[in-house]
Amino acid sequence: MTETKRLLKNLGTRISSGARGAVSRKQMPIVPPDNVAGRAMVLVIAIMTFLSCLTLGAVTLVRDTAATWQTQIAREATIQIKPEEGLDMASALAQARDIAASYPGVVDATVVDAQATARLLEPWLGTGLDIESLPVPRLVIVTIDPLSRPDFAAMRSQLQETVANATLDDHRTWVDRLVAMARTTVTIGMSALALMLSATALTVIFATRGAMAGNGHIIEVLHFVGAEAPFIASQFRRHFLLAGMKGAAAGGIGAILVFVGFYWWSSRNMATPEADQATALFGNFAIGPSGYIGVGAIVVVIAVLTAATTHVTVLSYLKNVDSTHPDSM
Amino acid sequence: MGPEILRDVSFHLPERSFQFLSGPSGAGKTTLLRLLFMSLKPTRGLITIFGKDRSAITRTELPLLRRNIGVVFQDFRLLDHLTTYENVALPLRVRGREESTYRSDVIELLKWVGLGERMHVLPPILSGGEKQRAAIARALIEQPRILLADEPTGNVDPQLARRLLRLLIELNRLGTAVLIATHDLGLMDQVDARRMVLSGGRLEIYD
Repeated sequence: MTETKRLLKNLGTRISSGARGAVSRKQMPIVPPDNVAGRAMVLVIAIMTFLSCLTLGAVTLVRDTAATWQTQIAREATIQIKPEEGLDMASALAQARDIAASYPGVVDATVVDAQATARLLEPWLGTGLDIESLPVPRLVIVTIDPLSRPDFAAMRSQLQETVANATLDDHRTWVDRLVAMARTTVTIGMSALALMLSATALTVIFATRGAMAGNGHIIEVLHFVGAEAPFIASQFRRHFLLAGMKGAAAGGIGAILVFVGFYWWSSRNMATPEADQATALFGNFAIGPSGYIGVGAIVVVIAVLTAATTHVTVLSYLKNVDSTHPDSM
Repeated sequence: MGPEILRDVSFHLPERSFQFLSGPSGAGKTTLLRLLFMSLKPTRGLITIFGKDRSAITRTELPLLRRNIGVVFQDFRLLDHLTTYENVALPLRVRGREESTYRSDVIELLKWVGLGERMHVLPPILSGGEKQRAAIARALIEQPRILLADEPTGNVDPQLARRLLRLLIELNRLGTAVLIATHDLGLMDQVDARRMVLSGGRLEIYD
């Protein structure tokens, strides 16, 4: 009896002599990892991350390319003078150039001379063309400081008053269309990204519910040893965070490999017709540092989303179990 | 709604009391234990636990109140992927305690219930008696205010049964109220304690 008393007193007063070395190995997780997030779950997260990263990369590529186009277009404006009977084209061109050059924000104004105009038309009209004998409109290229653009409205009205048949094209229509196109693409891409993240969250919800149902006996035991709902949720969250991190990292690495692969392909095929076409459309196929940071952010977001979804799902599952089956023990 | 298992049952378990709950199979012993452990809600009637009305206890309060109650189930309810040591330490682990603060206590308790050599063994390897002892150790580890035991000596030999009973008596002397549901008349004869007998859904108490 003495021995019993001593034991229980020790338990009651919690005399703790610290580690005795008898149990030094790491404790098993309360929820065994094999039960929870299987390979299929990791694979689904990897695929969703991969697709999300590709979408983000595509959006970045389109946005950057559109921005480049926009900057290039916005740096120039064109004055076009249509030929007319009795019009002195040379003096009209010179006058238009001088008017344009007089505006602040115009860096340079150059008349496209007859030879250059002939070269422009060469693909359609062939070589050896006498440009003076044809009623071809002539151009003045106005180079603009994109940071302080000139007053195009004033320039346009002055040109119309002073130079007959002169029209000013500041490429605003193109720029507006380009901006609209880029915005639409980015919106579509971001919507696709949101759908993918939602699908990932739903997958995690199903997987968590499956894991909860499969580990019902563990939840019961945790309940009757006095575990609170957040503690039980944390046991599941830990596994799903790990699965989310594994899957997201694999998907992110996969996407980066694809981007690097495309970049390598476009570098190797430079100056070939295919590459030229691709470069004309998408630039040099590099997503840049912001793209890679975005891929990293997606990986983190998906891992955190997985853990957070699991946490909320477990709490809601426990709440439902408590309210619908109070005798679940 | 199923048949009424218990009716007109009225009793009080005083602090530091010791009692047996007996009765034929199907009389409602386990149901009564589950009501006391708050894993079942009564369809009618009033249960007051630690001065609180059961029907007014919220979900958040439930785990904290359950920490004052130790339970030994007939079917042990040990987690098969955790070792005997980890199963016994589980109530302390869920309270967020560092292992270094309870390791020696758990080992000492395991040695006392005769599982010192089996602490790293998984439950599927343990015999029925060993599982029973592990389940009892898990219920005792936090020295609860009340211990509810459903056939705690049902799977052990008479000698170990006596030893476990002594442990429960000693626990009671140190302030824990004990309620043992059992069929074992021999076990009940060893202690002069209150007997609560369930029969036909009704309870009779022999002080």
